[in-house]
Amino acid sequence: MAYVIAGNCIKDDVCIEVCPADCIHPTPGDPDFESAEQLYIDPETCIDCDACVEACPVDAIFADHEVPEKYDYALDLNAQFFEQRKVGRL
Amino acid sequence: MSDRRVAIVGAGPAGAFAAARLLRVGGGPEVDLYERLPTPWGLLRGGVAPDHHEIKRLDETFDRDVLGPRCRFLGNVEVGTDISHGDLMRHYDAVVYAVGAQTDKSLGIPGEDLPGSLPATDFVGWYNGHPDRRELDPPLSGRRAVIIGNGNVAADVARMLTLDSAELERTDTAEHALEALAASGIEEVVVLGRRGPAQAAFTSAELREMGHMDGVDLHVDPAAVELDPVSEEWLAQEGTFTAGKNVELLREFAAAEPKGAPRRIELRFLTSPVAIHGDGKVESIEVQRNRIERDDSGTLRARPADEPTETIECDLVLRSVGYRAVPLPDVPFDERNYVLPNERGRVVDADSRDPVPGVYAVGWIKRGPTGILGTNKRDANETVGLLLEDLDSLPAPQAPGVEAIDALLAEKAPDLVTVEGWRAIDALERERGEAAERPRVKLADRDALLGTARTGA
Repeated sequence: MAYVIAGNCIKDDVCIEVCPADCIHPTPGDPDFESAEQLYIDPETCIDCDACVEACPVDAIFADHEVPEKYDYALDLNAQFFEQRKVGRL
Repeated sequence: MSDRRVAIVGAGPAGAFAAARLLRVGGGPEVDLYERLPTPWGLLRGGVAPDHHEIKRLDETFDRDVLGPRCRFLGNVEVGTDISHGDLMRHYDAVVYAVGAQTDKSLGIPGEDLPGSLPATDFVGWYNGHPDRRELDPPLSGRRAVIIGNGNVAADVARMLTLDSAELERTDTAEHALEALAASGIEEVVVLGRRGPAQAAFTSAELREMGHMDGVDLHVDPAAVELDPVSEEWLAQEGTFTAGKNVELLREFAAAEPKGAPRRIELRFLTSPVAIHGDGKVESIEVQRNRIERDDSGTLRARPADEPTETIECDLVLRSVGYRAVPLPDVPFDERNYVLPNERGRVVDADSRDPVPGVYAVGWIKRGPTGILGTNKRDANETVGLLLEDLDSLPAPQAPGVEAIDALLAEKAPDLVTVEGWRAIDALERERGEAAERPRVKLADRDALLGTARTGA
């Protein structure tokens, strides 16, 4: 299980501040931060603590089994961001 | 430090994040948040598309973090008109400008000023209930509209022109716009991008939304998503995650069978407008094909291709090629970059680059019209961090104190809207919204806003 961020993310960084696992990226200061249209959660390091869901001011974060249909792309999108990042593609 | 007082000019997202940051400092300065409209939150209320209601919920965070005991909302006061920069400097320890970019960039082509050719920003204000755009009356009786630009404002506007009425009725779209859009004859919206699909400025989220609307077919010509070699190379080497996603989505849309929906959005790339034609009003737009070239600095540019122009019949042209800031009286202005000249938010003289003590900038008036909502938070943290560093060494104002400020406001801003006034507006809008199963029903003219504000005072 993991949490995912949908496209209505506004890049407020409260989720990054509350995340105990440091699994939300890019973070301010990362080279790809400014060009990122939203923040993403790394499904491999997310610990399902729910802290980011509570913190998000625009309800953009969901548990993977609770993603609304209109955001169903978000599961793959979050994972793909980290896959591409890992191979230095970003 | 507790007797210090800071004025923030502009209650949009940048001003709100700056106020919130100042208020988090224990024993920090008092804040007066000036706003020329009777309502706070700027483009969150008046820019963000009404169907993006989750994003609009950021207003609850702003309400909670900003409108507390140490911050006064002073609405319906225009700095530069009702009161001056000099007035603020006389009464406050520091002034933070967060006025944004209030006009649009023009295209500089013949026919741009014909009736029916409008800045998308005016149209956005109109459907979002901005009191100054209420009388816009955009022509919606024709069959086709053309939008120039490939950013998120262009995408918002394309969606708003084609969204199903039933869906619009669940949003906080202004009443006059709901009525006009329900009666609209527009069946096709053509969106023109100067550069290619790989360089489109849409976020992939906005692009995806356009492709998944009920009642709308998104048309992308398969030939248009074949990348030229320059773009192919650029995407592979320098393209962002979003650019890659956009091309992937556009190829998906190009390959999709049309649903036979009643309305249609067409995305065209490598196309620039050269003239708008019509006898007394917009009747058509003439466009030129472009090709992508790398210039000497390595930047990708769209250059006119050696092909004849094409004419697209339409009744409405909305240009969405960027925002532009306007200078403020008595405050330095960078005429080249359309911002207040500044070093990380400290305003400096445009020529000497010497700091102007006590004057700061945040948001679009500081960095130009880029970034999304949350970008303003980091931006505000930077500016406010410097302000707090400077605060103890800034020259004391000549006439400090809330009494002097209130006397000035009583004289110059008789229709001042305070937080109580805003709460009355907010409560009425939400109450009407609840009855109609909508997030809110906006008051969209200044008299109604001011009348309601008075009931809360």
